[in-house]
Amino acid sequence: MREGGRRLPAPVPPERGPFQRSFWKSPLRGAWLSSVLSAALLPLIVVTAVTGLLSHVAYDTELAGNSVTGSDGLLSPIYGGLDWPAGWPWLYALNQGVHVVAGVAAIPILLAKLWSVIPKLWERPAVRTAAHAVERLSLALLVGSGLFVFFTGVLNIQVYYPWQFSFVPSHLYGSFIFLAALAFHVVVKLPTMVRAFRERGVVRPLRESAAETTVEPVESSESVATAPRAATISRRGLLGAVGAASVGLGAMMAGQVVGGPLRGLAFLAPRGRVDGPGPNDFPVNKTAASVGVTPEQTTAAWRLNVVGRFELSLTRDELLRLPQSSQRLPIACVEGWSTTQEWSGVPIVELAGMAGVGDLASVFVESLQEGGAFGQTTLNAAQAADPSSLLALTVNGADLSLDHGFPARLIVPALPGVHNTKWVERLTFQSA
Amino acid sequence: MSALRGFGHGYGAGPLHLLSALASFAVAGWAFVHVFQLGAPFNFLLWFAAAIVAHDLLLLPLYSLVERIAHRLAPARARRAGASEAAAAPSALNHLRVPAALSGLLLLLFFPLVLRVAEDDYAPITGLSTDVYLGRWLLLSGLFFLASGVAYAVRRGRAGLG
Repeated sequence: MREGGRRLPAPVPPERGPFQRSFWKSPLRGAWLSSVLSAALLPLIVVTAVTGLLSHVAYDTELAGNSVTGSDGLLSPIYGGLDWPAGWPWLYALNQGVHVVAGVAAIPILLAKLWSVIPKLWERPAVRTAAHAVERLSLALLVGSGLFVFFTGVLNIQVYYPWQFSFVPSHLYGSFIFLAALAFHVVVKLPTMVRAFRERGVVRPLRESAAETTVEPVESSESVATAPRAATISRRGLLGAVGAASVGLGAMMAGQVVGGPLRGLAFLAPRGRVDGPGPNDFPVNKTAASVGVTPEQTTAAWRLNVVGRFELSLTRDELLRLPQSSQRLPIACVEGWSTTQEWSGVPIVELAGMAGVGDLASVFVESLQEGGAFGQTTLNAAQAADPSSLLALTVNGADLSLDHGFPARLIVPALPGVHNTKWVERLTFQSA
Repeated sequence: MSALRGFGHGYGAGPLHLLSALASFAVAGWAFVHVFQLGAPFNFLLWFAAAIVAHDLLLLPLYSLVERIAHRLAPARARRAGASEAAAAPSALNHLRVPAALSGLLLLLFFPLVLRVAEDDYAPITGLSTDVYLGRWLLLSGLFFLASGVAYAVRRGRAGLG
């Protein structure tokens, strides 16, 4: 078509599918919904992040044999200066319990948040300015690392490892990527959240029923639908369902932390199996077979080697003849479950004294297991000197089962579960 | 301050925006380096990318498809302006959606146990089997739908009497 001698530009083909804003039908999307979900998500993420980092501190990675995350690099001075205490036996159980409960409870909210902003993934033009490109790159890191960290966490809880990378460092450093991207996201989006709450009110939209639910103004956010369907659920209905999912998942995870009669609540959790009645009928982490420990290695020929100023070699009977101490202590696993039992054995300080070490700086504990990543542990001074720290020989009045560490295992208050070394064969004491 | 304005015009936001972004990317880079030092970097990147792809190109279309089916099974009554809410019978749509979403979420999170894919890792470490979990998930799903059905019946009863 010609007009005045100039050819009109060819019509631009309209965007197809999800690239059109009219593709997205829900009238609920908008800055208010995204902001509410973010406001709920942020405290859960902060709690999960803090407890996660404290968990890393609890591993005392600067001590020999304790780290599975390699060198801490730039953060070594910080971790090195922090020694995990032994004064509150439930400390690690609480920390990990909160980590897993908060982390899993955040997942429904995270998924709802991703749902509420997904139209922006497909927005056109894809890059408006350099700043917009920077934001989109950061969002790729945010969403990728967020899903990665939560997904690996949930699979780790179920003892499922379908990947080749090592879980612990990947989850830890993945979370640093996530937190860095999140910090930038909050800086950029906080004004949007403040404006959304100021314009729509914080709780006013919750009063709307499905029939009263209206779509937000189109220009207020790129996620708002331009051609919405009538609302089939109100915003409060959606948030209520998300909240119920969160609370339900949190309760389920809490069941395997608290244990006892509540363990049955953890219906779909891997440690939500009801404990049997016997003295050794409580959850096992790493059976003897899985790390290559056989009954032949734990006969009466087994000796405990104790190294200090002097070296000693003790049989199990000799250990049983020493003054025993009984302690009720939890073992808490990094996956967020714990179990509390009555342990009895020889206090570590007692064995240190026998080896001529009075002023204990640390203990290096070695297992006779060949496989597995946790065949050795170093206890810090507070843990070694605590009178409740035992070389346990019996549990709940009976000998330890092979899976629970027969002939002897370590049990230390507030120590991460895997560091309570099983099938101990050598203790090396360092004096100050 | 025309240099700043010029910067904002070219970049699209203030210098604080760029500085914060660079700080954020620097921390991310440091974290990536640590992961790479510990081996299997490409596997890590693969799973990282897979996380984005799986959500955007798998979960979302799946959810949209399920939604379309749900709308056909239980179409929401169109709200005509002025029509009283009590005049329309309650739609079953949300009573299908919510239990299905909860059940689906549980399956999404716990599929290694429910579908027994984790058996080879789970069994040697715990000494137990994953065989109970499918039954537990089905039981929970059944309870969700039952509770939702009861709630729907109550709402219909109230709408009928009202």
